[in-house]
Order: sequence, then C-alpha cells, then structure tokens
Amino acid sequence: MFNYSEYLREEKLPHIWCPGCGHGIVTKSLIRAVDKAGWDKDKIVLVSGIGCASRLPGYIDVNTLHTAHGRALAFATGIKLARPDMHVIVVSGDGDGLAIGGNHFIHACRRNIDITTIIFNNGIYGMTGGQYSPTTAYGDKTSTSPFGNMEPNFDVVDISIGAGATFVARGTSYHVPQLDNYIYKALTHKGFSVVDVAEACFTTHGRKNKNKYKTNIDMLKWQKDHAVPRSKADALTDEERENAIITGIFKDSVRPEFTERYDELIKQLKTKGE
Amino acid sequence: MADTKREFKVNRYENDKCELFIRPELCKGCEVCVAFCPTQALTLDTKNKICAAEYMEKCIACSMCEVRCPDFAIYIVKKEKSPGETKK
Amino acid sequence: MSKQEKFEFIQGNLACAKGAAYAGCDFFGGYPITPSTEIAEFMSGYLPKKGGKFIQMEDEISSIGSIIGASLVGKKAMTATSGPGFSLMQELLGYACIAEVPIVIVDIMRGGPSTGLPTAPAQSDLQQAKWGTHGDHPVIALIPNSVEEMFTETVRAFNLAEYFRTPVIVLGDEIIGHMREKIRIPEPGELQIVNRTRPSTAAPETDLVTTPYHALGNDPATLPKFGKSRIHVTGLNHDITGFPTSDSEMVGDLNTRIIAKIYEQRDIVDNFQLLEVEDAEILVLAVGSASRAAEEAVLELREQGVKAGLFRPITLWPFPKAEFRKYAKHAKWIVVPEMNLGQLKVVAERFVKLEKVVPINLVNGEPLNPELIISTIKRLV
Repeated sequence: MFNYSEYLREEKLPHIWCPGCGHGIVTKSLIRAVDKAGWDKDKIVLVSGIGCASRLPGYIDVNTLHTAHGRALAFATGIKLARPDMHVIVVSGDGDGLAIGGNHFIHACRRNIDITTIIFNNGIYGMTGGQYSPTTAYGDKTSTSPFGNMEPNFDVVDISIGAGATFVARGTSYHVPQLDNYIYKALTHKGFSVVDVAEACFTTHGRKNKNKYKTNIDMLKWQKDHAVPRSKADALTDEERENAIITGIFKDSVRPEFTERYDELIKQLKTKGE
Repeated sequence: MADTKREFKVNRYENDKCELFIRPELCKGCEVCVAFCPTQALTLDTKNKICAAEYMEKCIACSMCEVRCPDFAIYIVKKEKSPGETKK
Repeated sequence: MSKQEKFEFIQGNLACAKGAAYAGCDFFGGYPITPSTEIAEFMSGYLPKKGGKFIQMEDEISSIGSIIGASLVGKKAMTATSGPGFSLMQELLGYACIAEVPIVIVDIMRGGPSTGLPTAPAQSDLQQAKWGTHGDHPVIALIPNSVEEMFTETVRAFNLAEYFRTPVIVLGDEIIGHMREKIRIPEPGELQIVNRTRPSTAAPETDLVTTPYHALGNDPATLPKFGKSRIHVTGLNHDITGFPTSDSEMVGDLNTRIIAKIYEQRDIVDNFQLLEVEDAEILVLAVGSASRAAEEAVLELREQGVKAGLFRPITLWPFPKAEFRKYAKHAKWIVVPEMNLGQLKVVAERFVKLEKVVPINLVNGEPLNPELIISTIKRLV
C-alpha cells in the first residue's frame, strides 16, 4: 500500500473533482512519482493556474501556489530563478496551460528552465461547465460548440518539442504505471519537462458526446483502446491517427539549464570582480 | 502547513492475500474500481459506496482498485507470503 | 562636505533602478517598453554582480507573475513598464493585493491611450493606478517629480511594500524618467530600509505557521516565505489559513482588512510637499513633472505679489485628503494643472466646492509649462 497521507492535506478531502474524474488518478500518480524522487517536502513548490486541475495544489502538503488563469509558469519561473534549489512543479489543464497560458508555456520550453509541467489534458474547460479547448477533438459537442467543434486542435507534444522542451512524454490516466514512470522521469530531468496526460471529463464533456461515451468508465476504456505506443504510431492510417493517443517519451535530451547558466554568470562576475 | 490529519471511517475486509480498506466518506460511487477489478471482487452498496463484503474471497491483491481510484477511497495491504508457500 | 559626498548626474530611470538596488532589490522581471526600458537595462547588468536575478519575460503579464513568485520565496522583487504594459499587469496586481505579496511596479507614464505617444510625457495613468484592476483593493502609488525622488521614492516604495505586504506603484513619466539631474547618492545605512517581518517559524506550533493570513488587529499579515512553512497561497478569497473560503464573515474580513491595513496607518504612507501654502489664496494641486512647472509658477507669482501656493502629493494614493482640505479650505481657487483630462481634478472636487476648482489640462504630448499656469491664475486674480 502506498502511504498517500504523507503527501496529503487530508483534512481538505474529499476533493472537489467529480466522480470518476481523471484528475484524482493523475494526482496519485504525481504523488507516487514525487515520493520516488525522494524530495524534501519543504523544498517542493507546486504551482497551478485556474481550472479543475489547478485545484490540485490545495490538497498536497508541500508549498502550494494557486495563481491566475494561464499564469502558473510565469510565477513558477520567478520562483525557480529566485530559488534554483527548490523543486518546482506546475500542474495545469489544457485550456489553462495551452490556451491562455500558451505564451508562457512556449517560452518556458524555450528557456529550458528546470520546471516540470504536467498538462491534465481532458480536452475541455471543465470548471466553467464544458467549453471546447485547444485540444478538444474535432467534431465533439461542447457547451460552446453545440454543432460540433469546428476548430482543429493541436498536439501538446509537438508544441513542447518545437518550443525547445528537453523532456516530453505523453501518458494517459488509464495506463497508470506508465504514467508514474513518465512523471518520475520528468521530475528528475534537468531542464524543462512536459508530461501531456490524456485524461477524461465525463461530467461536462463525456455526457455531451453519447455517441462516443456512455459512462466515465467508457472514457477510461476509450483511452485504453486508443492508446498507441510511439513505436507503432507510423503504421496508423490517417483515420486511425485522428482518434489515436500516441504515448511514449518523445524527447529526452540535454541542453544548458537556464538557472544553472545564470548561477554560473554570477560566479564568473564574482571572480572577475575580485 | 502542519498537516492536521482528519480521521475517516475505514471499513476493513480481508482474505488470505491482503487486507482491503475502504473509506466510504471519500467514495463518490464512480465505479471505476468495480469496472476495472480483474476478478469483480467489488460492488457498490445501497448507498452507492464501494464495498467488498460479498466477494472479498475473489480479491487477488493486484491493487488496481487502489491505483485507479480517483478519491483515495480504497487501498490494500498485501499479506507477506508465508515462508512455506511456494511461489506459483 | 566632511567626507567626499557622492554626486551623480544621471537619468531618472537610472536613479529609480539605483534606488531599488539601495533598497535591497534582488529580483527584476520585466519586458522592454519605452520610456522605462533603461531601468531593466541597468538591472540586467547590476543584479548578477550582486548575486541577484534578472529575467526578461515574454510579456508584461509574465513579468509581474515572475516577481510575485520571486517575492513568495523571499526576494525583494520589482518590474518596470509603461502604460500599455501596466494595463497588461492589472489582473496580477490584484492577485498581489489579495495574496498580500510585496512587489514594486514602476510605471513610467507616456502619452495614451493605446500606443499613444511612446516618447512623450503624460500623467494619464493616475486613475488606472488606483482602479486599473477589478474589485476593491488596496493601492499605494507614489509619484516623484525629480531624479532625486526617483531614487528616494523607489526606496520608499520597497519599504512600504515590505511593511504593508502589498504591491506599491511608482508613477514616473517620460520627463522624470528620461531627464538627467544631479543627485546626491545617500550613504549605505543613511536611508531606512524595511524588511518584511517574519512570523517566528522557529516554533512550528505557533499559529502563525498554520495561519499565515492571521493579522493582529489592522497590522499586515506576516505570512512566511515558501519553505518549512509549506503554506498555501491563492488568489481565491481565503481565510486566515490561506485556504479558499466563501464564508461571508471571513470574506468580509479579508476584503476590508487588506485595505484597512494601509488606511489605518496613514502616518507611515503619507508624503507630500507644501510650498507657500499657509496664506495661499490660490492653491495649486499638482504632481509629478507638472508640479515642476507649478513650483516655478508659484514662485514667479509670489514675486508678483500673488498669494499662490503649491500642494504636491508625493504619495498620490491614498490621497492626503486631510492635509489638502486644511489648505484648500481657505483658498479662493484650487488650480489643478495636469497632463490628462482631469484625473486629479476629480479628486480635488471631492473635498472643496466645485466652482473653486480650475483645471488646466494639457494632452497634446507637450510638457506643462509655468507660463500656462501663470496666465491661467492671472485671469483669476
């Protein structure tokens, strides 16, 4: 049995997430990964924006910061640069992290600052009742796409790699042991790391798409049936690829880390000054 | 912040492989554990809370329920294999 | 001069940055924008030499976001911008207000609205500094009118932010920011430097560790920095433990306390200049670079036998209303020269009969000049 209470503010439970919401599953995965990393709780800062997933820090017994919509990475960058010795983790939804927060996301990737960002990617704005987001499937019904989502979505993994993140992985809330491993690798990676977690929201999204999902269980099964490991992704037909969740580690490289280079500059200036 | 632990009621079940603990106050009846338990050892009780009273003997201590539960409502403690028992 | 006093002939923006350094600023997060960029440029070279941190973020929103983060781990953090950037910073300015995070925001005002006149002076962000962000919130805004005050008021801004645990705004403008004047650099230790009070986290059982937002009376809350305390900070309305609440009593307490903590201790925050006000029949109310022209006009008018005086708030918000009313009461006219369409005038009108207030509004990008004030007053006399 894993002792979650070591990391939980138990008096805050039960949490606010709906029955069967994936956020709780991913939270436990994050807790197990943090535990495996063996970090001192006083040195961990868990930062979030606004949205369902962003309520996560309130339940975790580390330094927690619930910022404004889309701005978690801006605050987190300030914290990490000011205190490189602290472990900074950002949890954010697909809307919070990639829509309103998109600009900060790509620049955090570019800087390669040592922060781990976990995107709770359920392809919907859940907190506000189920509007489509930048990762909502084309054609899905949502409260702001009553005739089916007409906007193409984009791929968090591609964006992260394109913007310069040095560790990028995608898992799902169904494949939990794999997810534990990806989050652990991201946490222990030095540089900007992204874990895109394919997840599901039945309350505001699943129920509006009865053709695809009857229950929250179906949404988890959907992840199980549509997950395709990277290695097999090339064999997918375009039609299959449309609904596929391609999992795996897509990037694991080394580049100078932002705060480390800054500390080196400080050292150089100090010695030059003497 | 100092963690002021709050005690939740715990229902305990047991078989030769493990002890199984359920905290009904945290269970929201989402049935994820029921759906993904490989041996259908779990059911929802009349109050829509998870319960293992009926089929605990089916439980094989695989901890899928603990791992998949979104609400920290169910967890197991595996029993140590008694030394004499050979690993299948 | 007993010992060799240090004088410099420097630009206002540079004086502001040196003032921040003097106050102990060790984190700057900003974004280039005329006419404030020189502040960021100085900081980018100065901070790493002192072991501090500088970062140019991707926009003004992340600039203020980064300094709030840095402040929460114990840094004295600032940003500098101008109108367009200041507009982008408003939401998180409100966040720093409710979460009670000390930061300093320098707004070097320029012609507005929108892109406006990037290299021309204006004073048209005065009300934005007070009401720019949504909701009732505390605000401290200081408005220097010289290169020396860009130094000393920035030091005071940090002290007030640290003491009150709230954001403090320094309102320069293109003139004050770009002009050069001789200033004396204070000796280390000469100006008081305030650091935020820490709850005694040594004894974890003290309630202040579990109730970081527990303020004694109207004193600011002494929430600890991130670390051993493992506190929770949020922009949601929260109770004394820092966790979200919608309990009406606690919500009411927080919303009033974060403002009262400043208004109950006016002696700490107030600052203004009085010039020939005792017997002034015509009281000029002016701030920032407009007050330089007003000062010139008052002295000139006095020489011509006109009883003019100048009341100059240096702490603009909260407005020094008691002192203003004291001198405005017996004045026949209140003349308010400003480089906007009456943002200070409407404040004056709250405290005196409307007919007494005479606005002088210059909004064409040119600096206010003494002659405009003198000729207006001459017509009144």
